[in-house]
Amino acid sequence: MAKDMAGKWAQQSGAACALRVQGLTLRYQDVLALDNASACFPTGAMTAIIGPNGAGKSTFLKSVLGLEQGEGTVSAFGSPVAAAMARIAYVPQRAAVDWSFPVRVIDVVLMGCYRQTGLLGRITAQTSARAMAALERVGMQAFARRQIGALSGGQQQRVFLARALAQGADLFLLDEPFAGVDAATEAAIIDVLKSLRDTGATIIAVHHDLSTVATYFDRVLLLNRRTIAEGPVATTFTPAALAQAYGPALGGVPLLRSAP
Amino acid sequence: MDEFLLFSLPPLLIAALAAIACALPGNFLLLSRRAMLGDAMSHVVLPGIVAAFLLTGSASGAVMGAGALAAAAASALLIEAVTRRSGMEPGAAMAVVFTAMFALGVVLLETTGTAGVHLDVEHALYGNLESLIWLGGPPPELLRLALVAAGLALALRLVWRPLTLATFDPVFAQTQGVPVALLRAGLTGATALAAVAAFQAVGSILTIAMLICPAAAARLLTRSLPAQLAVSLGLAIGAAVLGTVLAGYAPLWLGLPFTLSAAGMIATVSGLMLATAALIASHRAPGTL
Repeated sequence: MAKDMAGKWAQQSGAACALRVQGLTLRYQDVLALDNASACFPTGAMTAIIGPNGAGKSTFLKSVLGLEQGEGTVSAFGSPVAAAMARIAYVPQRAAVDWSFPVRVIDVVLMGCYRQTGLLGRITAQTSARAMAALERVGMQAFARRQIGALSGGQQQRVFLARALAQGADLFLLDEPFAGVDAATEAAIIDVLKSLRDTGATIIAVHHDLSTVATYFDRVLLLNRRTIAEGPVATTFTPAALAQAYGPALGGVPLLRSAP
Repeated sequence: MDEFLLFSLPPLLIAALAAIACALPGNFLLLSRRAMLGDAMSHVVLPGIVAAFLLTGSASGAVMGAGALAAAAASALLIEAVTRRSGMEPGAAMAVVFTAMFALGVVLLETTGTAGVHLDVEHALYGNLESLIWLGGPPPELLRLALVAAGLALALRLVWRPLTLATFDPVFAQTQGVPVALLRAGLTGATALAAVAAFQAVGSILTIAMLICPAAAARLLTRSLPAQLAVSLGLAIGAAVLGTVLAGYAPLWLGLPFTLSAAGMIATVSGLMLATAALIASHRAPGTL
C-alpha cells in the first residue's frame, strides 16, 4: 500500500524524486523499527517527516544514508545513495556529539569540506572562504574562532547547518533541526532552508512541532514505522491522517495549534 | 664514557620515548571516550608474554613482544565481538575481557612454575627501567621505542584530519566517506603497539599512566586539539625526565641510602601533573585559551 502511494504522487505531480525510498525495513533484534516504509521526496520541495516518538523517524534518515543496515531500495537522483553521497548533506541531532571537544567553530564547518580537501590536501584559501561563507549564511561569522563548547544550543545547531552548507550539497537531510533552539535560531534556520529550496535544493527534516508544519513545509511524510501518508501539506496534513499516525487523541483540530 | 651517558641517559631516553609513544594514541582514546582501552591493553599482554615464553622457552624481548602483541590483538577482537554480540557498553566489555585475560596470565604463571624463576611479576608491573643501561651498546628497548614513537607520530600526521572528524562526529564522518571503522581499529592497534613497546621497559602500571595522564591533563589546560597534543607531549616528556631524575637522586639529596623505582616516580609525577591541571582548570574562566 505504501509503495502505491509513493508511486501515485510521482505520477500525479510528474516531479522527479530527488530521493526515493522503497520498502525500507529495519529490525533491531526483535523490534521492527521500520516496516516496509516507502516515500518519494520530489526535487525542490521541503518535506517534514512527522510521527509519534519511536515511529522510526531518525532511523529512517539513518537507513536512507546507509548508516543503519536496512532492507529496501533507496535511490538519490536516480542512482544508489552510496554513489550520490557527495550531493547529500546530513545534519545529525545536536545531542549526537560531544560539544566539549577541543575544536573551534570554523574547524567544525571545515569538516563539511572533507570531500574537497581529502586526506592530506591543504586547506586552501578557497576552502576557508567557502566555510566562512557558510557561517555567514547562518549568521555565525563572528563566532568562527570561538570554541564550540562556548556556544548555546541554538548556535550549535546553526554551526551544524553551516557544516552542511559547506558541503555544497543539493539534498539536505536534517534530524530535528529545531529541537531545543531559541526562536531567533529557528527563524534563521528556516530562512536558510527556504532559500536553499528556492534555488532548487531538496529539504527533508524530521520535525516535532505540528503547529509549524503548515508554515514551514510544502509536504509531509507521516511515518509510524510504516508510511501512513505522504503528499502536499494542504491535502495530507489532515486530522484523519494524524489520528492514524498518532492515535485518536491527536486527531482533534485544536491539538494542531499547539506543540505536542 | 661518562657514567651519566652509560647508566642514566638510556633509562631517561627510554622513559621519554615510551611517554611519547603512549601519549600520541592516548589523546584520541580520551576524546573518543575509550580511555579504558589503555588500561585493558596494558593488562592483556601478560598471558601473551607467559604463553610466548612457555612455547619457545626464550625470554628475549622480541619473543615476548610478539606474544604480547598477539594477546593484545586477540583481546581487541574479543572486546569488539563482546560489544557487538551482547550490545554491552564498550567500557564494560573491556573490563570483562581485560580482567579475564590478566587472570589467565596469572594462572599460567603460577601453574607452570614460571613465576619467580624465569619471569618476574614485579617487573611486569613496575618495569625495569633502571636496568636498561648501556652494555657495549644501547639497550634494545631504546631502538624499539624510538621506532614505535616515530612510526606512531608519522601515522598520526597522515590520518590527522579524518581521525579528528571520526572522533568528533563518527556518524557524520561516515557520510563524508571517512573509513570510521578502519580508523577505530587503527587506534586500537596503535594503542596495543604503544602499550606493548612501553610495557617491556616501564611495566604495565606506568603504561596506563603514560597513556592517559598527559592527555587528560592537557585536555584540561587547552582548547584546541593541536595545542592539546603539544601540551600532552610536553607533559609526558617532562614527567618521564623529572620522574627518572627524582627517583635516582631525590633520596640522595635527602641523605637517604637508597633510590626509588623510576617507573613509580614517573607515575607519581604524572598523577601530580594531572591534579595540578585539574586545579588550574577549575579556576579558569570557561572558553579561554
